[in-house]
Amino acid sequence: MDLIRLRNINKTYKNGVTAIYDLDLTIKKGEFVFIIGETGCGKSTLIKMLYREEKPSSGKIIVGGINVAKLRNGNVYKLRRKIGVVFQNFQLLPKLTAYENVAFALEVFGLPKDEIHKKVVKVLELVGLKNKAKHYPDQLSGGEQQRVAIARAIVNGPKLLICDEPTGNLDPKKSMEIMEVLEAINKLGTTILMVTHDIDIVKQMGKRVILLDSGQIVKDYEEGTYK
Amino acid sequence: MKALRIFSRNIRDSFKSVFRNFSLSIASISCITITLVVVALSIILSLNVNNFTKSIEGNVTIVAFINNDKDEKAIENIKQEIIKLDNVSEKNIEFKDKVEISKEMINDSEIIKGVMEDISTENTPVQNTFQVKVDKIVDIGKTAKAIGKIDGITNVKYGEEMIDQLVSVFTTVRKFCIYLLIALVIVTAFLIANTIKITIFSRKREIEIMRLVGASNTNIKIPFIMEGLFLGIIGSILPILLTIIGYQKIYQHFHGKMFTSFIKLVSPVPFVYYVSLVLLGIGMIVGMFGSWRAVKKYLKI
Ligand SMILES: Nc1ncnc2c1ncn2[C@@H]1O[C@H](COP(=O)(O)OP(=O)(O)OP(=O)(O)O)[C@@H](O)[C@H]1O
Ligand SMILES: [Mg+2]
Repeated sequence: MDLIRLRNINKTYKNGVTAIYDLDLTIKKGEFVFIIGETGCGKSTLIKMLYREEKPSSGKIIVGGINVAKLRNGNVYKLRRKIGVVFQNFQLLPKLTAYENVAFALEVFGLPKDEIHKKVVKVLELVGLKNKAKHYPDQLSGGEQQRVAIARAIVNGPKLLICDEPTGNLDPKKSMEIMEVLEAINKLGTTILMVTHDIDIVKQMGKRVILLDSGQIVKDYEEGTYK
Repeated sequence: MKALRIFSRNIRDSFKSVFRNFSLSIASISCITITLVVVALSIILSLNVNNFTKSIEGNVTIVAFINNDKDEKAIENIKQEIIKLDNVSEKNIEFKDKVEISKEMINDSEIIKGVMEDISTENTPVQNTFQVKVDKIVDIGKTAKAIGKIDGITNVKYGEEMIDQLVSVFTTVRKFCIYLLIALVIVTAFLIANTIKITIFSRKREIEIMRLVGASNTNIKIPFIMEGLFLGIIGSILPILLTIIGYQKIYQHFHGKMFTSFIKLVSPVPFVYYVSLVLLGIGMIVGMFGSWRAVKKYLKI
């Protein structure tokens, strides 16, 4: 079943820059897909349109059955609840502990406290941070902060996890740890879409790889064919 | 249950936030306070002016002078004719004879007293009168004219110039107060919007993350609107105290009246409480509106 379907997507920013040009893409449920390409080729723009941080100038976007391009501003939250997003710079709230940062994503829905607790503990365990739950972001390493961000992104049980250079600020060893966490999450059934510049990681993981250039897909490598 | 949990979390968070961003909160609160003090002054002023106008209107009397050669029976006939007029009812007409009027005049002024004492009651230039109050003040001119035409009435007076001027001054003051009030409320709302915008700017990331994890716009807005509500309530405390205590002091100081006994001040209870309620309401609305405007900016793509 298709989780993501893009048809004839064009994106021109207000300043006249065309970031995406007539792009088609289909991603199935449960896939793990890398998006690679040179700086400025439109990778971030592409995924921003998936979680409706940007709107396409034309074309059709379906994510998990939601017609994203036509989604009204007031209904964006319905889409966001199906998607987890992780960035290079972690985006944690500095005044909250690791536990509270993750719980924050559930509190806004008004879940009962004990249910929040159960879910947060479980997901912190999954990312290997159970013993650092009470630490504040500045008491955690970059890799640990990124794992908190991942925990927050998946604590709702989203169908899709989007990562924009999640290992961009990490050394190779820490990067591989993050990849292991993502692999585990993918095994549990979450579709993962990851933008990266780290070719070593891409080669090592052996997943589907989409190569972008000047806002277009120039190559779509099947699983295990990117060398 | 779920809504209740979100609600209580919102209240808790917005309360915390008022204190966390204390200096900015103080700025918003003083802004509201200053406006509300001026609002309170203009409400009190305009309602009192309103009261003055009413009490003057209630005291306006047409004085119809009766020819001194008319006897009692003729006077009674004239009375019936005046009552027949549209704008006059029986209870609002009163006969005052020349003796009574002379006495009043003598009491009022030493000079008149000197003059009058030399004149006998028979030769007095003072005339018998009817004092007539009209139902509708706007038609007083017409009624006065009609009374003047009645046989036996020599002259009619109703102090038209003084009354007209007073009423028009009061109307102007009242209008001015209302415009001032509206302008102030609007200006404050935007001032507060800007102050709160600064507060919210420092929480931009928080809002972004809330959006990212799927909080609905309403969900994000409510804590900020609540915060505005708190600021509004806190900001209205001082103006309310000033109104309640200050107005009662003023009222006591003037013994409830201004200049003459028929320009009465509105009595403080329950007046000050109504004004306080209005102040609280304006504070709350302005605070919420300000926050709402400020946060709206961050909820668009
Ligand atoms: N908000 C924006 N307004 C205008 N132009 C933008 C905006 N965001 C991106 N662009 C432009 O769109 C093009 C694609 O940008 P995008 O961020 O998608 O690239 P990217 O592939 O993610 O690059 P990088 O690998 O450096 O992150 C670039 O030319 C960029 O300058
Ligand atoms: Mg990018």
